[in-house]
Order: sequence, then structure tokens, then C-alpha cells
Amino acid sequence: MWIPGDDECMDQSGAVVELKGITKRFPGLVANDSINFELKKGEVHALLGENGAGKSTLMNILFGLYQPDEGEIWINGEQTVIDGASKAIELGIGMVHQHFKLVQPFTVTENIVLGNEPKKGLKIDYKLANEKVKTISERYGLKVDPQMRVQDITVGMQQRVEILKTLYRGAEIVIFDEPTAVLTVQEIEELIEIIRNLAAEGKSIIIITHKLKEVMALANTVTVIRRGKVIRTVSTSETSERQLAELMVGRDVNFQVEKTKRPPGDIVLSVEGLQMKGDQGKMVLDGTSFKVRSGEIFGIAGVDGNGQSELIYAITGMRKVQDGQVSLNGNDITNDTPRKISTAGVGHIPEDRHKHGLVLDFKLSENMILNTYFKPEYGKSGLIDEKAMDSVTTRLVEEFDVRTSGIYTHARALSGGNQQKAIIARELNKDPDLIIAVQPTRGLDIGAIEFVHKRLMDARNEGKAVLLVSFELDELYALSDRIEVMYEGKLVGEVDADQRDDERLGLLMAGNTDHDGERS
Amino acid sequence: MEVIKKIFNEKRSLLVPVVSIVLGLLIGAIAMLAGGYNPILAYSSLFNRVIGSSYHMGETIRAITPLIFTGLAVAFAFRTGLFNIGVEGQFVMGMTGATLVGVLLDLPWYIHGPLAVITGAIFGGIWAGIVGYLKAKRGVNEVISSIMLNWTALYLANFIVSKFLTDPGQQKSRAIHESALMNIEWLVQLMDKARIHWGTFVALACVLIFYVILWRTKQGYELRAVGHNPDAALYAGMNVNRTIVKSMMISGVFAGLGGVFEVLGVFGNQTIMAASPGYGFDGIAVALLGGNTPVGVLLASILFGGLSYGSAGMSFGAGVPQEIIRIVIGSVIFFVAAHGIVKFILKPFMSKRAKRKEAA
Repeated sequence: MWIPGDDECMDQSGAVVELKGITKRFPGLVANDSINFELKKGEVHALLGENGAGKSTLMNILFGLYQPDEGEIWINGEQTVIDGASKAIELGIGMVHQHFKLVQPFTVTENIVLGNEPKKGLKIDYKLANEKVKTISERYGLKVDPQMRVQDITVGMQQRVEILKTLYRGAEIVIFDEPTAVLTVQEIEELIEIIRNLAAEGKSIIIITHKLKEVMALANTVTVIRRGKVIRTVSTSETSERQLAELMVGRDVNFQVEKTKRPPGDIVLSVEGLQMKGDQGKMVLDGTSFKVRSGEIFGIAGVDGNGQSELIYAITGMRKVQDGQVSLNGNDITNDTPRKISTAGVGHIPEDRHKHGLVLDFKLSENMILNTYFKPEYGKSGLIDEKAMDSVTTRLVEEFDVRTSGIYTHARALSGGNQQKAIIARELNKDPDLIIAVQPTRGLDIGAIEFVHKRLMDARNEGKAVLLVSFELDELYALSDRIEVMYEGKLVGEVDADQRDDERLGLLMAGNTDHDGERS
Repeated sequence: MEVIKKIFNEKRSLLVPVVSIVLGLLIGAIAMLAGGYNPILAYSSLFNRVIGSSYHMGETIRAITPLIFTGLAVAFAFRTGLFNIGVEGQFVMGMTGATLVGVLLDLPWYIHGPLAVITGAIFGGIWAGIVGYLKAKRGVNEVISSIMLNWTALYLANFIVSKFLTDPGQQKSRAIHESALMNIEWLVQLMDKARIHWGTFVALACVLIFYVILWRTKQGYELRAVGHNPDAALYAGMNVNRTIVKSMMISGVFAGLGGVFEVLGVFGNQTIMAASPGYGFDGIAVALLGGNTPVGVLLASILFGGLSYGSAGMSFGAGVPQEIIRIVIGSVIFFVAAHGIVKFILKPFMSKRAKRKEAA
């Protein structure tokens, strides 16, 4: 068994990385303020902090991408200057970036050996390369087929290719930047297994994250960073999620929004037998039916890619359905235009805020009227009434605590959490009867998640109907009054929203029918 | 204030374009030296021709005017995420529309002139609208369809002119009726018969209209939203396809107006053309130079038009052949367009200056 915090082993081997008094200043802010950090051999050390706390900056310094303004870096007991990524690699430091740096049409092997190819004469010795890759991948339990093209493999596998890349270059210290942000639940389990294997083989691991669950599941030690300063370094066995959250945010955090029982009202949204053909001719919606009542949050669980996005496109009019019916407050809105549906009383917090939710190169004020600009309150003559636009924006920025340097700041310049706050502000300001929220907290830190959850719960308590689609089970259970599971274009079964049963949920999400557990 | 900010958006300062122009002129000078010509004489003849006499000044303005129109046309489409490479064809259709009305009808001046202008503008708009329609409804790439329509426009124009508007044996249309002409007679006389016409003022008005449409109207808000992010525009309930057609039509109207004033203001007739006049393609360079902003397009037109018109002075005054003149113009455009290179060259100077400031 793998024991977190095997103290004896650590004392023998000592620190492989020591950062002493690292300070890094950017114009207008101190990203790292005399940070001390120590990584011991064979340990998994989590670097925990909210977005913008300075953890990525610190790791970029360790990986040679930034130079510290002050402080010392000691690797294996020797003081060093890391003046570039190649120096870092030479010192045995590898980094698995959040956004993979892979050449899509290349094979796994080609990607791994890129820049460091074994040569036979003038040619690359692919046979040797393949073998090497295979050996490493077997040793650490990374199931990767070296001959596959990167564009054809899953995101989880691409990440394993990135891990292999660092190991191939002889990394003894591996930095993971937000490794689980892009993974499914199953892939996260596999990653946890891989990281444990790496540590057991004597590699030292640093994980940059803001997810508490992962810290507790993976790390031996955790260093909490807030606003560029180390708040505390503790062993995970001596702390709790709650304590870490407080250290990270700097105040008491409400994990669980208060969910009072309240009787649901009238049916607001009714979806009946929706059928939609996908791009490849397969049915992406295949008879989806459900109802959402006022004053309740209806959660849809499921693995990504089972028709959740298409279902939302169908309801909001962004894609046409071939068959079935969508009604809002008893009125048929099937295949109406997005504008008609939106003005009929639907607010939509979209899954991809950069693709759909915002025009990133528009000013914040312009984004705030994105789906209401045509209304007479923003100008009757065809000209935009900028005063009205600005005053609405000012009010919403205030009310929803959107942190921005001004209402004319481009949406691109806002942090993810504030972008999401802006979208929520805009959608709730329409005073809709139905709120559709898809993955509303993806990529947000604890403070922002708390805010989003509270706003959705408030809306429910005001008698709005809320349709919540999420891949985060915690979120679904925290908010929903009812939860159903979506699989291959239809809802396959309801689970009790008050009595959490992950096993049953997992079976439903994997496509086992409700009744006898057989594969449908 | 907003307008001034727009000129310098894309994080560009005035310094970079100025340095770009100087670098371009330097490279041009090297080319001239290599060819055994005197660059100082050549450049002084260039400036002499541009600002030397009231006639030349007037003619320079004449050369700049169509570039403002075509530059605005390209920039407008670009703001909506479309690359309108068909400005050339829309320009020719604008000429043809104006010539048709100007030659065939005989009306009082206060109707005839405006009607000819509007007809030409509509011809250009429809010609671009076809491209927009094909893209919106059939997904045809606008670059391909508009290149094809450039040729179609050229030969269609030649056909119309030779079939309906030309006397037998002539290579150009009958003269456009006096009542439809757009030249400004008293200014023409004042500037030694330089061909000054109302188009210049319309072009300046279009610079303003360009700005107002895009940044002050709801329509422009839609156009920009579609240009920046069509997915978000769809989410916001905008009709993306209709917006594409609209944007192309407005762009085509700008292009068409350019053609209109060439026939109504400058030539007074339309020739049967062996090749299209090229203002549309120059418009792409102008839009690029001007960073797709209205004032930027105006400034770029002045630069481009001045260089093109003044270049004739280089060949008269210093005997520089046309090929080398194109190198000079080309290198100026190259450096302005590739401002990344200029910034790179400027970087050591800038950091030195910054350091000196720090030390002081």
C-alpha cells in the first residue's frame, strides 16, 4: 500500500528543491513575495491557491521561464540559476502544462522524442524511439500506444504523453499545472494512480491546483499560497479540506449552500421526446424528455459528450431539432429563434464562456447588453444609447461584485471568475423564468464557486426554474432538487438528490439501465 | 477622443508607422543607389510633384480619393470577419452603373447627378451582396467567389459599355451628360484644371459614416459582434447570415462609390478596359496599413495615393524607372504592414532610453 507522508523515507533523502526567499514583481503587483518552498525526494507536494495567487509564477521560476527578482534556488543541495527551460530539463525538472504542447498530426513517439531524437546516421531511429517510449510507459503504468497519432487519442491520454515526455528527458522532479482541469472523473482516478506510481519510483512531484479534494487524495504535503505569500505548509494528514479552504481564501468558506426544502411550483420548462441528428448522422438527442418546475433546480448528470450540449442548444434555439417539443410556460418554443426564446424568459449561462458567453474583444459594457441591445431602452433610433448601456453595466458590476478596472475594460482582460460573474449578472438581469446553467463553475476558484452557487440558489428561492448541467457531482448534489442522468442522448434514470449514491450514479452514467444493471 | 484612440489602437503608437515609412524610403534609396540613380534627387522630385504646384496638389487629391473608398470597403468587411477581395469588381460595377445612368438618361442636374451616384453605389452593393449571399446560404468562401466576380464584373462592364453606350469604332462610351458630372468647376479652374470633384468630400463623409455605423449604431454593434465572435453572436440571437450579407453590401457600396466618382468626376466616360483599374487591390493594402480603422484608412490613402502619384515625378525628375519606383512603394508598405519588424528594430533604442531614464 502507498502511504502518504512516509516520513522515514524523506528524512533520508532530504530536499531536492529548495526555494529561498523568492520574490517576483510584475508592474503593479508582487506575484511572489519572499516565498520559501521545499520539495523532498519522493513526495507529492501540492501548491494550493486561488487563481492569481502566484503559484504558476513560482513554478515558472522553477522551470526557468521567469527570473526571480530576489531569492535563491537550490537543486539537490546546490545553488543554481535556472535561465531557461532547457537548463531546467538538464537539472531533471519536467513540467506538464495545463494546455498541452503537442503536435496534433504527429504520433505519440514523434511527440515524445521531438527535439531529442535518437539518430541512426541522418535518420531518426524510430524503432529505438518506440521501444524506449514503450519501456518507460510500462514502467510507470502509463497506458499509451506509441504509434497512435495525438489527434486521435483522448485528452487523458494526451496528458500521459506529456508526462512521458518529461520522463523521457530524464525528469526527476515533475511539475503538474492544474492537471485535472481537463479530465473526466475516470481519467482523474487514473491520473492519481499514475502520480502515486511516479512517487513510489522515487520521483518528486509538485502539483499546482486549487482543488481541495485532489490535494487530500494525492499529496503528502501542501503549501498554501495567498496573494503571493506562503500562508502555511502542512502535512495533509494534519489538516482538513475545510481548514485548507480557509487558509486559501483567507476567510470562512461556505462549502454547502443552504438548501431549504420548498414545494415546487408550476411547470416552467417541458421537454418532450427531442430528436436531433448530429454531424455524423448519429442521433445526438434520442427522445429526451423532462420537466422543470418553478422554484426547483433540476440537475442533469452524465459524462461529457452524451448530448448535454446539444440538449441546451435545442432548448435555446441555437440548433434545430428534427422531432419533439420544447415548451416554456405552456407555450411551444420548439425551433424558435434564439432571440425569441431568450425574450420569452430564458436566461442562459453557457458552457463555454469564451465561445458563446462573451465577445472577448468587446468592452465589458458592450458585453452586458449582448442579448438585450435591440430593446428600446438601449436606444430607439437605431443608435445605441451608451448612457443606458453604461448605467446598466455600472449597476450590475456593483451588484454582482465583478472585479474590473472599469466598465470599458475589454472582457478578455477579466479573470475567469469575473467573466462568469458578468455573464450571470447579465442573464439574471433579464429576470428570466428559466435559468439554464451549464458547467457554471468550470475553472473557477472557491470564492467564485461559492458566489455562483449562492446566486443560483437565490434564483431558485425566488421561484425561478433552474436547469443545471454539470460534470461535477459535488455541485449537482449541493444544488439540485432532482437529478437525472443523461446517457447517449436521453435521460436514463433519476437518482435521489438527498441521498448520495455514487455507485448507482456511476453505473447510470456508464450506460447501465436503471432496472437490472445490465448494459443497455 | 474615441476617434483618436481608434487610430492608435492595436497598441500602436505614431512612432512605429513613421519609422516604418522612413525605413521603407531608406530601402528604396538603397535600391536606387544600386541601380545608379540619385535617391535624393528622386525623393525631392517626388515631393515636388506631390506639393509642387496647385495642379499637382489637386491631382494628388484626385489619386487619393478612390483609395479612401476602396480602403474603407475592405476595412468594413474585415471588421465583420470577412475578407472582401472583390472590391475591384464592385468598383467596376459602380463605374458601370453611373455610366449607364449618365449616358442614357437626360435629366435636370439635381436629379441626374444623385441618381447616377446612387445607381452606381447600388450596383457595387449588389455585386458584393452576391458574395455575401453565397457565403451565408451556401457556405462559399468569400475570397474565391469575389475573385471570380472580379473577372465577371470586368467583362460584364466591357460588354455593357460596348453594346449599349459606345458609338461604332470607339473604345470608350459616349460622354456622360453634363448634368450628371460631379466635378467642381470653380475648384478645377482654381487649381489649374486639376480634376477635383465632389467624390473627395463624399469620401471624407464616408470616413465618418464608417465610424458612426460601426461604433454608434445597433446595426454596427451586431456587425462587430459577428466579426469578433460569430458563436457569441448566434448565442445573443443575432442573425449571423443576414449580418454577413448586410456587411458585404455596405462594403460594396463604399467600393461602388469609388468607381462612380472616377467616371462622373474624373473621366466623364468609361473605356473598354483590358484590365481592371486596380484601385480595389490597392484598397486591401490601404486597409491593412490603416489597421482597418476609418481614420487609419484615410491616412494610409494619403500615403499610398501620394506615393503613387508622386512616383511619376521620380521618373521625370531623376529618371528612375517604374520598376524601382514599385520597389520603393513596396518596401514602405512592407515595413508599415510588418510593424512587428519595426518594433523589433526599435526595441534596443527604446530599452536604452528606458534604462537611461532609470539611471537618471
